[in-house]
Amino acid sequence: MVTTVKDGWELVVGLEVHVELNTVTKMWCGCSTDFGAPPNTNVCPVCTGQPGALPVVNREAVTSAVRLGLALNCDIVEVCRFHRKNYFYPDLAKNYQISQYDIPLCQDGWIDVDVEGETRRVRLERLHMEEDTGKSTHLGLTGRLHGADKSLIDYNRCGVPLLEIVSRPDIHDPETAQAYLRELQAIVQALGVSDARMEEGSIRCDANVSVRRIGESLGTRTETKNLNSVRSLGRAIAFEAERQIATIEDGETIVMETRHWDEGRGVTETLRRKETVTDYRYFPDPDLVEIHSPADWVEEQRGTLPELPAVSRHRLIEAGVDPAQALTVVGTGVLAIYDDATTGGADAQTVANWLTGDVSGQLSTAGVTWEESGLTGAHVAELVSLVAEGTLSNKLAKQVLEAMIDARGTATPAQIVEERGLKQVSDEGELRGIVERVVADNAATVDAIRGGNDKAIGALVGQVMQATRGQADPRKTNELLREVIAAG
Amino acid sequence: MSELVTKSAADLVALMESGEVSSREVVDAHLARIEEVDGHARPDGDLTESDVHAFLALTAEQARRHADDVDQRRATGHPLGPLAGVPLALKDVITMRGAPTTVGSRMLQGWEPPYDATVTTRLRAADIVVLGKTNMDEFAMGSSTENSAYGNTRNPWDLGRVPGGSSGGSAAAVAGLMAPLAIGTDTGGSIRQPAAVCGVVGAKPTYGAVSRYGLVAFASSLDQAGPFARTVEDAALLQAAIHGHDPLDSTSITQELPDLFADLRAGVDGLRIGVVTELQGDGYELGVEAAFRDSLARYEAMGAVISEVSLPHAPFGLPAYYLIAPSECSSNLARFDGVRYGNRVDAPTAEEMNAATRAAGFGPEVKRRIMIGTHALSSGYYDAYYLQASKVRRLIADDFVAAFDQVDVVVSPTSPTVAFPFGSKTADPIAMYLNDVATVPASLAGVPAISVPNGRDDAGLPVGLQIMAPLLRDDLMYRVAWALEQDLGLSPIPTGGNAVAVPQGV
Amino acid sequence: MLARLSLTDGEIDRLAPQLSQILAYAEQVSEVAADDVEPMTHPFPLRNVMREDQPRPSLPRDLLLSQAPEVQDDRFAVPRIVAEEG
Repeated sequence: MVTTVKDGWELVVGLEVHVELNTVTKMWCGCSTDFGAPPNTNVCPVCTGQPGALPVVNREAVTSAVRLGLALNCDIVEVCRFHRKNYFYPDLAKNYQISQYDIPLCQDGWIDVDVEGETRRVRLERLHMEEDTGKSTHLGLTGRLHGADKSLIDYNRCGVPLLEIVSRPDIHDPETAQAYLRELQAIVQALGVSDARMEEGSIRCDANVSVRRIGESLGTRTETKNLNSVRSLGRAIAFEAERQIATIEDGETIVMETRHWDEGRGVTETLRRKETVTDYRYFPDPDLVEIHSPADWVEEQRGTLPELPAVSRHRLIEAGVDPAQALTVVGTGVLAIYDDATTGGADAQTVANWLTGDVSGQLSTAGVTWEESGLTGAHVAELVSLVAEGTLSNKLAKQVLEAMIDARGTATPAQIVEERGLKQVSDEGELRGIVERVVADNAATVDAIRGGNDKAIGALVGQVMQATRGQADPRKTNELLREVIAAG
Repeated sequence: MSELVTKSAADLVALMESGEVSSREVVDAHLARIEEVDGHARPDGDLTESDVHAFLALTAEQARRHADDVDQRRATGHPLGPLAGVPLALKDVITMRGAPTTVGSRMLQGWEPPYDATVTTRLRAADIVVLGKTNMDEFAMGSSTENSAYGNTRNPWDLGRVPGGSSGGSAAAVAGLMAPLAIGTDTGGSIRQPAAVCGVVGAKPTYGAVSRYGLVAFASSLDQAGPFARTVEDAALLQAAIHGHDPLDSTSITQELPDLFADLRAGVDGLRIGVVTELQGDGYELGVEAAFRDSLARYEAMGAVISEVSLPHAPFGLPAYYLIAPSECSSNLARFDGVRYGNRVDAPTAEEMNAATRAAGFGPEVKRRIMIGTHALSSGYYDAYYLQASKVRRLIADDFVAAFDQVDVVVSPTSPTVAFPFGSKTADPIAMYLNDVATVPASLAGVPAISVPNGRDDAGLPVGLQIMAPLLRDDLMYRVAWALEQDLGLSPIPTGGNAVAVPQGV
Repeated sequence: MLARLSLTDGEIDRLAPQLSQILAYAEQVSEVAADDVEPMTHPFPLRNVMREDQPRPSLPRDLLLSQAPEVQDDRFAVPRIVAEEG
């Protein structure tokens, strides 16, 4: 259900997303971008802003930026430059950030997102290259800036390549915002240019939110930060919309400011007022030169783009996969396994069912990641076919799956079935004997069934299951029971 | 031994190669000279009126060890570069491990850089022996070295006068016979103008020919490191030792650099020399003008064709420079905030700490330029100031291109005045800025320019001639400079009533 | 203030007129007709100066921190920051 705002009002949202590239080295220097290194060990004169140090552009970062721009349907600008964005802050090693200003590398793109079965297009204003800042730890009561006595700066992250993607204010509800962010994540991951994990900060999102009475001009917008999950994004937008509407209806005005989302309390609060726009005194960085992206090189890059999520989802849906599941398969990085599993002919919907249902669920319970599990598409295909041919019931298949995960993919389903004797008992002869015995032993229940209490058959099925250590083919068991009961 | 300090680098190398003298002896002789005249042993406050005070830091131990090492390798037949074993003074704006780099400022007092500049690395690879770091106008901003936070440097030709700036210490070290070679940096004339007023050779290479990695930045699109020496040939040798592409500097050019020696001695017969209409006459002292006219006559006598050329936008060079340079510097100096290195003045909040640190660490000229620059880049002013100045810059560059269509090189006096007395121009910033009126156009255009001594005024103070060549034609400027140097045969030894003491018998 | 310089009243009194003077001098650039002129930063039209995505050695941490005014927990320490990131 799409969240709506009060009648007569319109919500207008623009999103600013930052993507941390997974290049080996930083944007301007050869320091490692490895996450989690001890503080201030992945640093050099350049990324700590030592006097006399100079930046040199990372070629891979530019290439990744262009590829992402293409994947987002942007125009790639043929000549662009870097500008300095000047402001003072301790985690900014030079007290300016090298970024792009009036001519970003990529402009005017769009992505389509699916919201409740409806396709919505969100246009992109620009995508530009910049650098990340260092990380501050605030020492004080809350660990947040307010009330801290001191801050400690680690420059490991300073200079890591960042791409900033700015959408146009085409978003009018929280669900579209969430779908947009998820889609961006999926595209970025498909390209392999970033891990794009919100929990790790390799993708970050700020929301610009305003409201207006329908028919009126755009309202004053606020910027909300500290959105650490897709869920927070949705909740924060909904909260901010309500807050702004209430404020205006109370006769007050919206202050243009930056707000902080508090996930615990579910509210946004003032971070800093922005009565005057900060003057960053942008000017072209004289330490750097123009970046030229000639048309033929750009086309070459277009040729390297992988299948994009929208196309993958469409392909899955065409093959018969439920759209919601297609979204999950593509969006959770399981597409490769799906593709492997279905190339051999396994049914698309069944495979998707397994992947998004039991496999995902069991991995989660076991606390194992897809990579750690060692599961392959071939494994899944085999499991599916064992069920299809009747060797396994769904229930038994789940047990086999558990064992597969346990074995970290070192054992195939067939091997596990063999080892543990988990084959489904479907042999009529064998089953009939057991069924007849169960019917004979449960006269009262049988009478109840004959008397019209159909549900009671469940208890008898249960007994057959017990006698077969759960391996009786449930359908056959049901059939035989009814046959024997009717006959008797 | 003491006459070793009067020799050129080329002569010293010849002596070392012939075995007559060792690098160690050369280095020791120069260190002794520094001891005699520089007042280095004295703390700032005790400097006398006869101390030149060219050096801020001496790296005597390292220098001796390096010299010994060169001697050893020479003795065992190792191939050595053309300047191996020669001592050099390094402007304190260039990072060098093992000694403080102060940039003439309290902001970096005691700062020991964690890395070497590319220029430093190349000097070492060429086995040029660095004796120490020289005094300069703070953050390279100034034309007299009076803006140094560590006291004045005195002009060896008249100890009551300035050595020029901002590379005053390097110029004085060479002029005062404390080193045959020095490295300075030139942003608007900071090598050429000190060279002129100190009677030595100083050159600003084509922009991008020498790496800026490790040069504490003042104005990124203008800064260039370059050589000081007492002969044109020495300066060329030094430039050749440090120039060349550096992958650590994005503005470092990749084009092939000229061979500075092939035609060095070819003379000027048939060469076309253009006298810049806008850079002469009014505002130039009589002694400067006289030496200029004399140089032109000499060139003519040597077979050069002299004509007038116009650089119509040259008069706008200084105004444009004083928008571009402060703008870039206001951004380049933002990093000095008491967080990662340098001075810190404590305060309860980071913001206050930044502001107090910068207020205490920067002198008045630096503050002026930061404020001008901040203003020139601010929204609402950017177009009229920084952007407009950048356009004027292009017009000046185009003027040079047009001029070089008609002539091979253009010339002007380097500085409108000879060395001036201490304190005579400090009251009025613009009076000080006008020292660079002739040097700034070449800086803005990026073309190579050299100052070569071309005479003395009536009081015996040195005058310099500026020769500017097309981009990448550094060889041409050296050639034209060499011809005049030979023709004049001027002695580089300082003379005059208030000059620095020179070794006996010199 | 944008330049993050705290000046004394005396300094302001001295600097302000000088700044006006310097700016007035520099404003001469406006006398040049340059509407159609491309601004210039570097004398050579260098382009695409880039480096390969290969690691280079980082600085030893001790060396870096040895020059810092204040260090705590292997990090650069600053007094409390008032404004959130600009």
